[in-house]
Order: sequence, then structure tokens, then C-alpha cells
Amino acid sequence: MSMLEVKDLHTSFFTPSGEVKAVNGLSFQLDKGKVLGIVGESGSGKSVSAYSIMQILTNPGRIVSGSIKLHGEELVGKSEEEMRKIRGNKISIIFQDPMTSLNPTFTIGNQLREAIILHTDRSKKEAEARAIEMLKLVGISEPEKRIHQYAYELSGGMRQRVMIAMALACEPDILIADEPTTALDVTIQAQILELMLSLQKELGMSIIMITHDMGVIAQICDEVIVMYAGGVCERGTADAIFYHPMHEYTRGLMRSIPDMSDDEKTRLVPITGTPIDLLHVPPGCPFAPRCDRAMKICLQEKPKEYWVGRDHLSACWMNVKNGACYEERPEEGTVEVEEND
Amino acid sequence: MNAKFYAYLFKRLLMALLTIFLVIAITFFVMHAIPASPFSSEKAKSDAVIAALEAKYGFDKPVPVQFLNYLWSILHGDFGLSTGWVGNTVIDLIIGGFSYSAQIGFTAGLLAIVLGVVFGSIAALQRGKALDKLIQVLTTALVSMPSFVMATILLLVFALLLGWLPSMGNQPGGLILPVISLSLYPMAYVTRLQRSSMLDVLGQDYIRTARAKGVKNTKVIFKHALKNTLTPVITYAGPMMAYILTGSMVVENIFSVPGLGRLFTNSMLRTDYMMIMGVTIFLATMIILMNFIGDILYKVVDPRIDLT
Amino acid sequence: MSDSKKYKNILSLQIDPDLFEKASDEEKAQQVTMRESISFMRDAMRRLRKNHIAMISLCVILLIALIAFIVPSFYPYTYTKQDVSAQNLAPFQYSAKEQAKIAKGISVFPHIMGTDALGRDYAIRVIYGTRISLLVGIFSALIVIVIGIIYGSISGYFGGKVDMVMMRIVDIIYSLPDVLIVILLSVAIKDWVSTSQSELIARLGAGMVSIFIVFGLLYWVSMARQVRGQILSIKEQEYVLASKAIGSSPARIIRKHMIPNCVSVIIIVAAMQIPSAIFTESFLSFLGLGVSIPMPSLGSLASDARTGLRSYPYQLIFPALSIFLIVLSFNLLGNGLRDAFDPKLRS
Repeated sequence: MSMLEVKDLHTSFFTPSGEVKAVNGLSFQLDKGKVLGIVGESGSGKSVSAYSIMQILTNPGRIVSGSIKLHGEELVGKSEEEMRKIRGNKISIIFQDPMTSLNPTFTIGNQLREAIILHTDRSKKEAEARAIEMLKLVGISEPEKRIHQYAYELSGGMRQRVMIAMALACEPDILIADEPTTALDVTIQAQILELMLSLQKELGMSIIMITHDMGVIAQICDEVIVMYAGGVCERGTADAIFYHPMHEYTRGLMRSIPDMSDDEKTRLVPITGTPIDLLHVPPGCPFAPRCDRAMKICLQEKPKEYWVGRDHLSACWMNVKNGACYEERPEEGTVEVEEND
Repeated sequence: MNAKFYAYLFKRLLMALLTIFLVIAITFFVMHAIPASPFSSEKAKSDAVIAALEAKYGFDKPVPVQFLNYLWSILHGDFGLSTGWVGNTVIDLIIGGFSYSAQIGFTAGLLAIVLGVVFGSIAALQRGKALDKLIQVLTTALVSMPSFVMATILLLVFALLLGWLPSMGNQPGGLILPVISLSLYPMAYVTRLQRSSMLDVLGQDYIRTARAKGVKNTKVIFKHALKNTLTPVITYAGPMMAYILTGSMVVENIFSVPGLGRLFTNSMLRTDYMMIMGVTIFLATMIILMNFIGDILYKVVDPRIDLT
Repeated sequence: MSDSKKYKNILSLQIDPDLFEKASDEEKAQQVTMRESISFMRDAMRRLRKNHIAMISLCVILLIALIAFIVPSFYPYTYTKQDVSAQNLAPFQYSAKEQAKIAKGISVFPHIMGTDALGRDYAIRVIYGTRISLLVGIFSALIVIVIGIIYGSISGYFGGKVDMVMMRIVDIIYSLPDVLIVILLSVAIKDWVSTSQSELIARLGAGMVSIFIVFGLLYWVSMARQVRGQILSIKEQEYVLASKAIGSSPARIIRKHMIPNCVSVIIIVAAMQIPSAIFTESFLSFLGLGVSIPMPSLGSLASDARTGLRSYPYQLIFPALSIFLIVLSFNLLGNGLRDAFDPKLRS
């Protein structure tokens, strides 16, 4: 049984101008010890999905329908008090901007201790010892001194380490990392990713890595979900997504990454146009208005996800047109469908 | 607190002292320009007054010297003799009146801050709901009412029509209405300040972090949010002091409280210029000091603020 | 197709093959509902018009202004005319003399708000008081706008040392207790006015003169700070750099970036200035430092009403209600303007 199972999740923001459908039917499973990447551009619903799982959505956002099961236990509909015991304990999250994610008016130690005392019976003293241990674990030097400091006295990379220490203090089963490296320098990014991977192996947790950076995905993810406009375009193993993208949007994403190994000077191809307005979701494929190969059907009907390989699904009419997909999961040994240009 | 903080403290103190000096200078030179002022020898005064003033400040001397003399006496707590209340020194009258004003003003200020923070937080947490709307309507109405309107209406309704509370400040319970009249406007102001500040803080990333850790909602608000929301309220301390001190001029007159405010307006009626100068300088000093304290507290509460 | 078994042909099942033709750009464009792109000012005005509370407040202000400035020109009573036979009349009450007139068939205009202790028609006095309040509010806003913009933009434009010195001055002025200075000046000016020959100053009264002097000396500082802050930050904004980089002329940068950004701040600060000026004037008049007798002001009317408060409470209620309505409307309009012109502050 998978550790986390999300089924047909719909989350909307009820604004004065109407319902903004931020997440529109997201489903996925996360197995123990795996790293799942969720990739997509800004506004594709990645972060909202994460907040929905944690149920830390703020007004006017709320889960409209769907199911989120942790170890087979339904989380949607749980009371605030029940969810509170899961947050930071079973599922933890770290955020994009470490500059603003720590409370400026309390010391690092105070905030770490709080996380520990909330979910364990440790005394204040034991919690402090644990806090120091955690800071050491995430590679912060002189942790005894650091716990008396405020967030503004630390660098960005250090703060993100503190965030990680705080998230992992209660040894959660799942760590959701919401663009954890976006706000950091490139060299620090690599360090933080490495740290997360090593801690994941050490503690045996699962990670949901939310990012818009294909490089991060390639570096650490086992499986990948490509999101667009609140829905899934394509999913599969990292290899399948990288080497055999079967959705026009994913291909677009790939073409927009610079390839340093390429000797020739290949042009980067941007994806033109802007994402659709989630207040007025069109009936067809949400990417169709920006898609070079869009067909009439793409504008009229939303494509379902069809299997295009044993561990690879894609929601694109082009695959259907080319007869390059299966309705059921193909048997083992079936060859991966080739790109169909 | 480090060396940087003390440097800031020193700089800010210097600024406050400079402002106080400026107020004294403005007061002196404005008064000096009035033909009937004690510093002007044009108009006929009683010989005794002229003799006393001359001995003290020296009319025959140039104006800057007179100013220095005045400044020097103030530094020694000597604001001169009252001409409106003959036989009293200005400083004694000020201290006598201030004991009443401080009582009313302190209670009103405390009431305004405590209730304002509570109501503002409630409004923010109930955002968009009926209670929030009610609080918003009431506070908008209250900040649109001058202190004299507020005080006179309270006097009319609760003292004259209903007879629940005394109308005079010297009766038992007589300070209740003055305190309420003085506190309503700053309370409404603090409520609005606290509401927007709380809404702002609740949208911050670190609040999301606290919730994601599994902190209880009440604790999120009282531990993580409240301390961060207080900074705007603290910066309002100085302006509130100014409001309460000037408001007490009106309120003390309406409720016949023998405080500093009434003393001030009475000294205007009696054209007691020494008194006017003394009270102006005294009140200004209080306001400037409160501004100074507010500024310092602001930095203490929020350690991330750049000390420049 | 040897792979036909593996690739289940979903296409053949139910879908019309024509649908798999390439879609045209027009068809694609139809799918995208772009939000209308409009200029900042138009957008702000649109937001303001949609704010019912602000629009109602604006209408109330215009209505009050209309009454205050037009009614006195044809009103049958003046604010100075005393009538000993008509003291302290209740609203719509007639004096014995007036009743006799009515009995004779001569029509008498009613005292809508009664009369005061000297038998003056109260309605016209409240109207004049309102006029004073509005004038103080508007003129103070003008003074603040003119001085604040000039000072602030010089400071922001030159930056560096000039800016530092100018802003230090602003800091000091800002920390002066303004109301106390107003009182001090009114006391001084009152003395001076009583001996002055100038008719204008005598008519305006010490309070009014000192209020305007103090607005000119002190009140413009927050406007200057805001304008300077805007200009400084706009100068460093990336979109301005970007605009320069693509070769926009300075005129275009000023037109497209500086003006719209400063206009919002100016409108917001000026709108907030009006109620505070009206407050100050009424406060001074209440203390007896405002307009000169017999000119009425809402503050002095409320102050005079205190002597007969128990018997004639309406003499308090009318000026109190009037000042409340004016300040409330300006406050609500100010909030509306802030919401409309400052998208960042919108809740």
C-alpha cells in the first residue's frame, strides 16, 4: 500500500470575481522512500496541491472534492485538531523563501523547540538538546550558539537548513519541499538538495519535491508529475519524462532548458503565450491555446490520461491520434512509445 | 542589545532633546513677538511684575541673552511666576494639574490600547463576518467624531438625561466619563491599526510555517502573530499621547476636571503668558518623550529592524 | 500495423476524425479570455466608482458643499441678525412676534433648527460653520499639496546630500507637537489680531490665520516624505531601468511611471489631510481660539451650546451632527481613494 494517495483532488479559491480552480482533479500515489517531483510553471497549482495535503489553505481557498489518504486513512474532512497532530509530525513542509518563513521575533531555538514539544512528550530541556542535534544534522556549525540567534542574523542557506531541521525534527513520513531552492544561490541550491537527499536516505522518508526547475527534478526525483493549469499533463519515471516526453507541454519545457553537453549552438525555444485564466477554464485541453500542434478536438474536449509506457502516462490527444497509447497499463516488457513528430 | 542599539538610542535621544529645545525656542520667540507678553516692555504692567521679570531675565539685555536666561531657569525647573494665579509658581500649578491629567490620560491610554488590540484582533480573525463589519462601522464612526462632540454627547446622555454618572470631575466616579471620552477615539484608531496589522501578519510566510508545524490556531495568533502585530500600535504611542493631552483640554473643561488641560485653557482666558509658555513646553516635552519611548520600544520588540 | 494489438486504437471508437484536424490560431484565440488591459488611472477610477460607500460619501460631500455655499445667498436670515424676541426657539417654533405676523397672513420662513440664545437663526449659523469647516479642509489640502510636492520632489530628485539635509529638517518638523504649536500661535496671533488694522485677518480670526500658517509650516511633511519616497523608489525600479534600456525618453518615463505613481500618493495623503484639518479647526474654535465673533464655526457653536445643554440639546446636536457627517464622509471617501489608488494597500 502506498504511503500517500491523492485522488481526484479539486481545490478552489472563492474570490469576489468567481471560483478560481487552482487544482483541478489531481491524483497521485507516493510510495515509501521515494522522491516524487511535481513540476510546472507558476500558477500551475503545485503549491496549492501541497497546501491542500497539509490543509493549511487560507481563506478563500478550500478543498472542493477528492480524497487524500495517509497510510490508508482519509485526511479530507478531518477536524482541525486531528490535522494539527499530523502536520509537522507525519507530514512536514518546507517553503520557498527561507527569508520570510521564520518568525522574525523569536529565536531559532524557540521555533525549533516548539515544533518538537508539539508532537512529543519531551521537556523543554530535552527539546533543546534535540534542537541542537537537528541543527548539527543539517550541517549548521556551532548549533549551541545558533539557537539563541534570530532568523535575520543567518544567511539564506542557513535559514533553509533551519527550516529543514524544523521540518524533520519529529521524523515525519513525508516531507513536502515547496520550491526549497528557488530563492537560494546556485551553489547553495546544490548543497541543500544534497542535504535533503542524504537525510532522506538516513531517515527513510518520502519526499514530494515541488519545483519549476527541471534540473532539480533530474537530480533527485524517482517519479515526476508535470502539472499545467491545475491538472496533470504527464507523469512517469524521471527517465521516461526526460527521454520520452509524450505531451506537447513537457516537450516545450524540455526545449526551454539549455543543454550544456550539446556542442552545437541549439536555440532555446520558449513556450509562447500565457497560461489560461483559471477563472474561466476552457472546456478542452488547458494547454491547447498555446500548443503549436493543437487540433480541433483539443479545444473541445479535455484529454484523459492514457498509458504511453509501463510507467508513463500522458494526457494528450496527439497520442490518441497517432494511436500511440494504451487504455490500460501495458504488460511488462512493452517498449516505450517513441516520440511521434 | 548590542552597541549598535545603544548608538541608535543615543542618536534618537539627541534628536528628542533637539526637538524639545526647538519647542522652547519657538515658544519663547513667538511669545516675545506679542506686544502684551511678559518679555515685551511696551505695555504697561504692574511695577512689581516688571521688577521681578527684569531681575530674572533682564529686559535691558539683548533678546538672545534673555532666551538663554529663560532656558537656564527652565533647566532648573523654574518656569517663572504665574500672573493669572498670583502667588503661585508656574511649575507648582503644572504639577498640581498634571496629577489629575495623568490619572485620566494614563487610564484612557491603557484602555485604548488594550481594548483596541483585542477588538482589532477579533475583527481580523472574523474578517468579512458580521462582527468584523460591526466593529468597522463603529470605529469608522468614532474616528470621525471630534473629542468635544464625543465628550459633550456623553455628558448629555449619561449625566444629564440618564443621570447614571456625575457630570463634574470632582464628584465620586466623576472621572469615568472623562476617561471614556478621551479613550474612545484612540481606541477606535488602535482597533483599525491592529486589524490591518493582524491581517497583514496572518498572511505572512512564518504564520504558514507555524500552522504547518501543527501549532494550535489560538497559539498561532497569540504567540506567533500578536508580537509581530504590535509594532504599528507601539509607533502610535506618541501620537496617542498628543491626542490625549490636547484632548484633555476639551474634556477637562466639559467635565470641570481641575487638570492641566483646563489650566491651559484658563491661562489663555487670563492671558497668563508665563503659564501658557510653561504648559506648552511641558506638554510638548511629554509628547516628544513618548515618541522617543515608542521608537525605542519598536526596535526592542522587532529585532530585525535595521538600526540606522 | 503489426503493433495493432498493443496500441489499442481509441480513435476508432467514437470520435469524429475531423476533430483531429489542426486547429487554427483564431480558434485557439477564442479559448483565451484575456482580461481587459486598461490604464492605471482608468482602472483606479473604475474601482472607485464601484465602491458604493465612497461614491455615497462623495455625493454627501457635494451636497453639503452645495448647501454651504449656495443657500446663504438667498436665505431669509443672516448669521449676525439678533432678535431678542426669538431667543432659544426650538426647531420650527415661532416667536410671539412671528406668530402675530403669521396671524396677519404674512408668511414667515421657519427656523428649521430653532434660534440661539441671542435669537439668531440657528440653521444659517450651522450652514456658515459648515462652510468654514469645508474651506479649512480644502485650503489645507491645497497648501499641503503645493508645499509637499515641491519639497518632496526636490528632495527625491536631487537625492544624496541635498536629500539628507532636507529630510533631517522634515524629521525635526515631524516630531514637533503640531496642535500645541497651533494653540501657541493662535494665542500669539489673537493678541496681534486684536490690534491689527487688516480687515481680512480680523474677519478670518486668529485661529484661522494660525491654522493656515501652521499648515504651511508643519503639515506638509508627510506629503513631502511620501512624494520623495515615491520618486526615489521609482527612480530605482526595474521597470524604469527596463524602460530606459529600451530607449524611452525621460518625458515618457515621467509620464508613464513617475506621475501615475505619485498621483496615487498625493491623492491619498491629501484626502487624509482634510479631516484632520477640519478636526483641528473645530477643536480650536471650541477652545475659543478659532474664528472671530460673530462668525460661527461648528466648534464654537458646540461650545456655546454647553451653557444650555439640558434645556436646548439640539443646539449641540445640529453642529455635532454636521461636523460628524463632514468628517465621516471625508474619511470614507479617503478610504475609498486609498483602496482605489493603492493596489498594494487594498485589503
